[in-house]
Amino acid sequence: MILLKTVDLRKQFGETRACDGLNFIVHKGEFLSLVGSNGAGKTTLVNLISAHLQPDSGQILFEDRDITFMTVTERIKAGIARSFQIVSLFDALSVFDNVALSVFSREGKAVRMTSLADHDEEVRREALEVLGQFGLASKERVMAGDLAQGERKLLDVAVAYALRPRLLFLDEPTSGVSTHEKAQIMDTVSSVVRGGHVTAVVIEHDMDVVFRYSDRIVMMHEGAFLADGTPDEIRANQDVASILLGAPLTA
Amino acid sequence: MVAQIQALRGRSGFGLWASAAAVVVVLLLAPGYFGTYQIQLLIYGLIAAIAALGFNLLLGYTGLLSFGHSAYFGVGAYTVALVVEHLGPHSMEFYLLIGLPVVALTSALFGYICVRHTQIFFGILTLAISQVIYSLALNLFWVTGGSDGMRVPRPALLFGALSFSGSGGFRQFITSYYYYVLAIFIVCVFLMWVIVHSPFGKALQGIRDNEVRARFLGLRIRRFRWIAFLVSGTFTGLAGILWVPLEGLTTPDVLYWTFSGEIVFTALLGGFRNFTGPIVGGIVFTYLKTYAVATTEYWQLLLGVVLVTLVLVLPTGIVGAISRLGQRFRERRAAP
Repeated sequence: MILLKTVDLRKQFGETRACDGLNFIVHKGEFLSLVGSNGAGKTTLVNLISAHLQPDSGQILFEDRDITFMTVTERIKAGIARSFQIVSLFDALSVFDNVALSVFSREGKAVRMTSLADHDEEVRREALEVLGQFGLASKERVMAGDLAQGERKLLDVAVAYALRPRLLFLDEPTSGVSTHEKAQIMDTVSSVVRGGHVTAVVIEHDMDVVFRYSDRIVMMHEGAFLADGTPDEIRANQDVASILLGAPLTA
Repeated sequence: MVAQIQALRGRSGFGLWASAAAVVVVLLLAPGYFGTYQIQLLIYGLIAAIAALGFNLLLGYTGLLSFGHSAYFGVGAYTVALVVEHLGPHSMEFYLLIGLPVVALTSALFGYICVRHTQIFFGILTLAISQVIYSLALNLFWVTGGSDGMRVPRPALLFGALSFSGSGGFRQFITSYYYYVLAIFIVCVFLMWVIVHSPFGKALQGIRDNEVRARFLGLRIRRFRWIAFLVSGTFTGLAGILWVPLEGLTTPDVLYWTFSGEIVFTALLGGFRNFTGPIVGGIVFTYLKTYAVATTEYWQLLLGVVLVTLVLVLPTGIVGAISRLGQRFRERRAAP
């Protein structure tokens, strides 16, 4: 079943065609990786779908609804959330508050000003549950700004996940951490996302990670799709290998 | 800074309430130990604290520096003066009844315009609007008395139960008014404390820390800033309403940008990253300014030196510095 579909989506920055008429499809329940060299247009595509940018032309359909002109808030309500490549948290708020704020916002409770945030048992339970899933429950009271990089990456995903999206975009969830931590983060993220039946689109550079965790891989190059297939199909694709590594893959 | 907030949070809820209760007891007993003049100063201090508390919801919690909060203070003061002139009853409750909706509406209107921008543009807009109000108060002399201002006699308190005339009226008024303002001050502190610890308050802090991410939580940033502005202006306006019967007179000076500057100064002095900072700042600033004025005719220079020193040496203000000292002390005690 198709969850998201873009029709001839275009975005140009000056002379650069970051998205050159993309027809992007995401199936319900899959764990999809978006790969490609820097400047291939991956982040632009995610920015267009999450309303961080407006497309020059084209259409975005989510669950058969046209969301092309919806605001960020409306798209989040519709069920699309995202994390950020460069960790984007509320550094002077606690780890708990970072996730709780997502829950408050989703529940429409963020405008309440006459009750204490810490006294909302429902929100508290849910925020702690999400933190537990991401292995951050023990850090509940730590300021987000004081977390280690790997934990910050996880919290960034947790904040988006707590919005209970049906489609979750993760922009390089493992960038800037050690190889060892990469595997830990991806294990956690993929198990939470799969366990919660959330469809995920992950931008990732590390091909080991991509091959290991994805159901499907879409490869971009210069604003267009170059390849699309299962990890095995992509491994076998010589075009991908030459673009990606400049040499045939020896896998 | 992050560590400081953490230290504040780590403190037990009991300790917080106990220290608040101790301060309230001291304030309740104050008139028994100090003369009328000192109590009068303390009222000014409490009023400045309410104004700064409101101001700091924007600066400390929302990350917006208003350079025009004199507008809301002044609108509060002038509303009371106009009520006195045109509507008659010299009752403090009546002033509040009319004054509060007026300052709330004014804040809502100006806030709606100002929150379309942030940073320096926001500051300039707030400043420009307050200067417009200032020049209106100065130039519409048939309404506002121009630079002479408007008189406000001592009102009766508690729906006419307490009125103050004849000999000794002033002293009685000061003592009664002290408790009156103190009660409102306590309510304001409590309200503001709840607001900054509510989901709304957390959302404001989120917006302050990271606007983009806050937007991607689905928060309508501008609406949050607008409500924050409204609450902030209303608190500061309330301070203006309480101030004018004590002063007995309002002139366009309370609308001038230098007065907005004093409100900023107050928050910096106490520390805008702490909840109690503006309260401490309001009281300390009142005494500081009073004694500076009494001591030297170059009092502005003196305050300027204090401000520069403050920014260079104590960027987190009095409360910030104290809490850091306290933290260092605790750490030293914890270490073997």
